[in-house]
Formats: sequence, structure tokens, C-alpha cells
Amino acid sequence: MGWGQFIQYVVYGVALGSLYSLIAIGYTIIYGIVGLINMAHGDFFMVAAYVAMWGILVWKLPMPASYALGAALAIALGVTAERIVYRPLRGAKISAFIGAIAVSSILQNTFVVFFSPRSKPFPHPAFLDRVLQFGEVALPVSMLFIIAASVLLFLILTYIVTKTKTGRAMRALSKDLEAAQLVGVNPDRVISFAFVLSTAFAAAGAFLWCSKVPYVDPFTGMMPGLKAFIAAVLGGIGSIPGALLGGFLLGLGEVMIVAALPMLTPFRDIFAYLILILFLLIRPGGLFNVTVREEKV
Amino acid sequence: MKREWNVGLVLSALSAAVVLLLAWWAQGRLGGYLVRLVHMWGIYVIFVVSFNLIYGYTGQFSLAHAGLTAIGAYTVALLTLSPGAKQAMFLLVPPTWPISVVQWPFFPALVLSGLLAAVVGFGVGAPALRLRGDYLLIVTLGFSEIIRLLLAALPTVSNGALGLVGIPTYTNLVWVWACAMAAIFVTKRLVDSSYGRALKCIREDEIAAEAMGVRLYYHKLMAFTISAFFTGIGGALLANLLRTVDPRTFAPSLSYVVITMAVLGGVDSLTGAVLAAGIYTVMSEILRVVESPITLLGIHVRGFPGLRTLAFAVMLLLLIRFYRKGLMGGREFSWHSASVKLRGLTTAMKGKGGEE
Repeated sequence: MGWGQFIQYVVYGVALGSLYSLIAIGYTIIYGIVGLINMAHGDFFMVAAYVAMWGILVWKLPMPASYALGAALAIALGVTAERIVYRPLRGAKISAFIGAIAVSSILQNTFVVFFSPRSKPFPHPAFLDRVLQFGEVALPVSMLFIIAASVLLFLILTYIVTKTKTGRAMRALSKDLEAAQLVGVNPDRVISFAFVLSTAFAAAGAFLWCSKVPYVDPFTGMMPGLKAFIAAVLGGIGSIPGALLGGFLLGLGEVMIVAALPMLTPFRDIFAYLILILFLLIRPGGLFNVTVREEKV
Repeated sequence: MKREWNVGLVLSALSAAVVLLLAWWAQGRLGGYLVRLVHMWGIYVIFVVSFNLIYGYTGQFSLAHAGLTAIGAYTVALLTLSPGAKQAMFLLVPPTWPISVVQWPFFPALVLSGLLAAVVGFGVGAPALRLRGDYLLIVTLGFSEIIRLLLAALPTVSNGALGLVGIPTYTNLVWVWACAMAAIFVTKRLVDSSYGRALKCIREDEIAAEAMGVRLYYHKLMAFTISAFFTGIGGALLANLLRTVDPRTFAPSLSYVVITMAVLGGVDSLTGAVLAAGIYTVMSEILRVVESPITLLGIHVRGFPGLRTLAFAVMLLLLIRFYRKGLMGGREFSWHSASVKLRGLTTAMKGKGGEE
């Protein structure tokens, strides 16, 4: 592998990793505050991409309007799901998880029944298809765009979480739910906001993902959702820096393994799951070693 | 007291014999379609009973079900297919040594598929059951997916993503319902024994159970392994009924189907498991009609594929939100309560009709 190729692979890995990170943030925020593994997260991702695609191809909306519509619908559904499913089940962990499975299946099959189960191309701005040539290094614009957009989104997230009042309330809730309520944090409002944030990042991740893998169907969200979940666990689920690091490591690791040892390609997903299992068994707190939540029965 | 129990056992044995006779009679008389339905029902009963053992009675939520089903299904398929058929089917690469030559009769293959699933279940459970709650369900999901992905990635063992077709059919209703009743019987005897009390104790409060001297890990692992055995048997019967297996059948959605049925019946009731499996089978067939396009009085209505899964997901959501105890909510059918009810009915006395 020459230097040029190596740089290309690194860029691919970082781009894939930043996509995983964007989606993993959603899992980690929700788990950190509510203690729920939101199995439907990947499906909010799908809703954003699917509606945006449908808006452009079928309803003939302009591209930005479609993207906005997709994101808005995903966020609205996320908040609704929290309000009518997760909130009443808060504290009943396994039931909430089963609720999330049901939400996931409902979202997927709603789109199968009322839209179309067939894969359709995801329309994206034309400039993303160009390839920049730096000597022997060929870099698709889409990869660079993904990285730049992700960095911007991470900065926005950092600002929200560390500087705003709601962000501080979110952190307080994830540290100690009861104590946060004692000092005047309204958990319902903050948790709703956490769902807005999480689905918004899923939507952003979806648009960027689909500019790289330009096909959308009702099951598009499953694979990236699972991978991002693994990334969140790898970094330490509940920790935002953990989700970022986990995403990058998983993305880079996947690309590098396939680049260096092509015969292992069919086993790529198996490695991802093995990492998940090994981490949970040996270091359940992940790389950032977040404190393991004790079950409250 | 003692007499009552004996009568119950005799009645149970008699009704088991009646069920088997009915199954034998139905196999020949009912149409192929109905036979298939009753067949599916029995297989679902096995799945739900084995899930209830690990979740409903022991309180350990496992998502390894789909993977363990796959072990049972592939084992029976590879053992009962003839070597010639396997050679012809493995298009990409020939099968490896033991698979390329073996051909077993059905019964030993069925037993082995259960045993192999139990061994794999033990291997999954041994590390996974050190964890609890969220972590347990993620690890079991991971193992289940690894099994599925390995089946897709190892063409010399499982013919990869192409799957296996033309599996010879040996099962009939008698086989399936004998296995289902065996699963119910073993599970019932287990949960009523001192082991079962330990399992329920773990479900209610692990710390208290440990303080009372219950060995948590040992009991959890035992329940998990037994559950895996029956899951494997169920998988073997499923493969034999469907006559084809491929890795996609064993995606996590299979586990979700089992969870839906278990929640519907009530996770800690075997009576509920039988009822829910039956209801699920029937509903599934009714909704199949809606999924296919129909022309009624000259009006063409397009089918709604996916509506079935959607309906079941909505049902699961409503159950978990408003009716978490399920149909039976931990209650069981028993001869004693049935006779009390019957007496209450015949003498038309008030207050006698409730269960003890």
C-alpha cells in the first residue's frame, strides 16, 4: 500500500468514523439520561433520509425544503415516541426496551406499507460527486464534506452541552436524577430536549450517510444504527466524548482491516460484534470507563 | 392433597394422549393448509415456552433466541440431507468433511440439534450471564448476530448466504406436539421444583436471592442452557417444516416475534404461551389475506405487504404500554382450579368461581 493509498484509506476511515460518531451521540445522550437503549434510533435516521428522498423524488420539493422536512419529521417522531412510549415506561427497563423494539418495527413497516419497500436513490447536491486530485491522492468531495460537516456539528454539540442552561441540566440529570430535580431541573422537558438533539443528529447523520451510500429503503437505518451503537458502547455508553472516540475507532478500524487484509471482508461485521461483546465483558464502561449503571428494580 | 395431585397427573397424561391422538388424526384428515397452521402453532409454543423459562421465570432478558434457533435448524438440515444433495447444493465450494458424508435418521438428528444448541447456549450464557439487564441483552444480541453472520460467511459449512433447500420432511403434527408437550412438561416440573423457586427468587430480587444462599450464576446458566436446548429443538422442527433455511431467517426479528408472543400470553405463564402462540398463528394468517392484492366485485385493492409486521408491532406496543401482564398474567390452567370453577358453575354459587 503506497502513501497515497494510505492517505485515502485514512480519509475514508475518518469519514466513516465521523458518521458513526454522529449517530452514536444519539444513543449515548439518551442512555446517559434515561438509561434506555433506544433501538429505534436507527429508524429515526431512516425516517429523515426516506422523507427527504420522497420529498425530492415524489413530491418534487426543492432539495433544502425536503431535507428540512425529513429532519423535522424525524425530530417530531422522536419526541412523540418519547412522550407516548418511553416516558410512561421510564423506570421499567426491559419494558422500555421492548417498547423501543416495537417503535422501531412500527416505523420500518409504516414506510413499507404506506410508501414503498423498494430501494430508491437518494438525491444529493451534485458537487459531492466530484473527486479532488492531489498528486497521487484522489479524494472524493463527499468524504471531505462529511468530515467538515461532522466537525461543525460536534462543535455545536459541545457548545450546547457545556455552555447552555439546558445542556447543563442534561449533564446534571445524567449524573443524578433525583438531585437534579431537587435543584429545579424539570426532567420531562430536558429529556424531551435530549430526544430532539438525538434525532437531529440522527437526521444530520442520515443526510451525510446517504450522500456516501446513496440508496434509501425502510430498513436503511438498521445497519448504521447497530454499528453506531457498537461505537457508543466502545467509547463508554453515556459519555459523549466516548461516542466520538468510539465512532472514529470503529470507522478507521473497519476500513483499515479491509484495506490491509481483504480476505477478512466477509468477517467485518463479526469483528464489530466481537468488539462489542469483549468490551461489555471485560470493560463495560468502555474506553472512557463511565460508571456502570446499577439496575434499579 | 396428595390424591388431588395424582388425579391431576392422570388427567394431564390422558389429555396429552388425547392431544397426540388428535394430532395423528388431524395429520391425515385436515387439509395441508390447516395442518401447516397447527404445525406452526406447536413450533411457536416451543419457542415461547423456552423464552418464558429464561425471561419470565428467571428474569434474564436474552435476545440469543434467533441464533440458537439457527443452530438447531442448520444442524438438523445438514444431518438429514443426503450427501449427494449437499454436493449438488454447495455451488461455490464443496462442503467440509463431516458434513459432506453424514446422513442421520431424523430422531437422532433432532436430539443432536437440541444438544448442540444447548452447548452453544452454554457457551453464550457462560460469559453473558455474568452481566445483567441492558448489558446482558446487548451481549446476547451480539452472539445471536455473530452466529447468523458466521453462517453467512462460512460457505463450506452452511452454504453461506445461499442457505439450504430441499430439506427432507419427517415431522408431522405428532412429532411437533409431542416436542411441545415435552417442553411444557419439563419447564413446568422445573419451575415447580426447588430449582424453579430459586429461579423465581432470582427474578424478584437478585441480592435477596444471593443472601438466601441461591447460587445466581449456576441457576441462571442452568435455565439458559435448558432454554437453549428447547430453542434448538424448535429450530430443527421449523427447518423441517419450511424445508429451506437461510441466514436471513434468523435475524433478530425472529427473537422479536417470540417476544411478542411471550408478552401477549404473559411471560410467566405456560398456559399463556400456548394461547398466545395459537392467537399469533391465526392472526398472522388472517393478516396474510390483507397483505395480498384482492379483486372484490371488480374493484382491485392493492395488497399491503408489511402490514402484518406493522400490526404485530402495534400490538406489542399496546401490550407493553397498557397490558403488561399479558393474557394470563402468571396464572396457569390447572385441573384443580378448573374443577373448582366447574363446581362453582354447576352449583351456581357465588364467590366459588375465582381462583385460589
